[in-house]
Amino acid sequence: MGDIDDITKEKRVVFVTVGTTSFDALVRAVDTPEVKNELFKKGYTDILIQMGRGSYTPTRASAENGFPALDYFTFSSSIADYLKSASLVISHAGSGSIFETLRLGKPLIVVVNEDLMDNHQSELAEELAERKHLYCARPQTLYKTISDMDPGSLVPYQPGGAKPVAELIYRYLGFPED
Amino acid sequence: MASSNIGVLLTIGVITVLVIRIIYVINRSRKPLHSKSPRSLSTLIVLGSGGHTAEMLNLLYVLQTERFKPRYYIAAATDNMSLQKHMCLRIPCSEALKEVGGAEFMQIYRSREVGQSYITSVGTTLVAIAHALWLMIKIRPQVILCNGPGTCIPLCVIAFLFKVCLLESDLFVLLTYLYCQVGC
Repeated sequence: MGDIDDITKEKRVVFVTVGTTSFDALVRAVDTPEVKNELFKKGYTDILIQMGRGSYTPTRASAENGFPALDYFTFSSSIADYLKSASLVISHAGSGSIFETLRLGKPLIVVVNEDLMDNHQSELAEELAERKHLYCARPQTLYKTISDMDPGSLVPYQPGGAKPVAELIYRYLGFPED
Repeated sequence: MASSNIGVLLTIGVITVLVIRIIYVINRSRKPLHSKSPRSLSTLIVLGSGGHTAEMLNLLYVLQTERFKPRYYIAAATDNMSLQKHMCLRIPCSEALKEVGGAEFMQIYRSREVGQSYITSVGTTLVAIAHALWLMIKIRPQVILCNGPGTCIPLCVIAFLFKVCLLESDLFVLLTYLYCQVGC
């Protein structure tokens, strides 16, 4: 009986991650009726929040009319598995999270933490958004970004390699190149 | 009268020599080392938090590590993820274990924590510089690899000073800015 239900109702998970940081503003923004309802309208069934060192705890809930199910945890030894099974990723602007998600080819909304000084992270996020590899938002604009987004229109990201850098180093130091 | 003149001349002389030396070092840094192909160079690798370390490990994974021996890793005392754990995310854990076992891993005091006030940062930065100086004297690396975390600033400053003052012209510092894959 349960199997039939599973087949007909495919899970579409939104994975929210703040990495090793504390980013209450993002977790709070996701845990609002507006954002949850917008995600539901876009066809997502579950929200899973990795909240890191944050102090704001979202409310666990099962799916109900107009809202996806919501669950959370603090840390995981490897969030790669969660990224792999997600249909949408909402992440803080850490480069590790960003590139790991892009390498997996998942639709990504990057939310910039305005409390961080000298926001080099926002430069990265904005540049990648300009190149249409992801969407960039602030906690206050997350709702609008979700309602306006079209994940199918995002451009896949081709990762650069470290080989050219290694070759440059060899040349500089006088080593024979590979 | 005479002694103050000599003092002034001496000061001007020293400053002139320093300026010429600095220009020479900066100029020479742009060109590849002329020395014959080295067998292996002792290498200091600076690790920062999160993305910095991930990118550095990406680079190390493709580098021919035989050429960069012995290897010393430096990370800030408060960067919480262990080097081994970081490596296990990117390369087979058995290789990570070998690397961590074969290299020396040290911790350095951080100049400034995220969110720390600028006033107290002055004091902690001085401590970080002193600690960096101690580590550099201990290790005396021939190559420094770093990609821009705050941890590397005292080390790079001291490396530059070593090049200028101690005539270590062959000390090579690779400073790549993080995110170069998105276009520098």
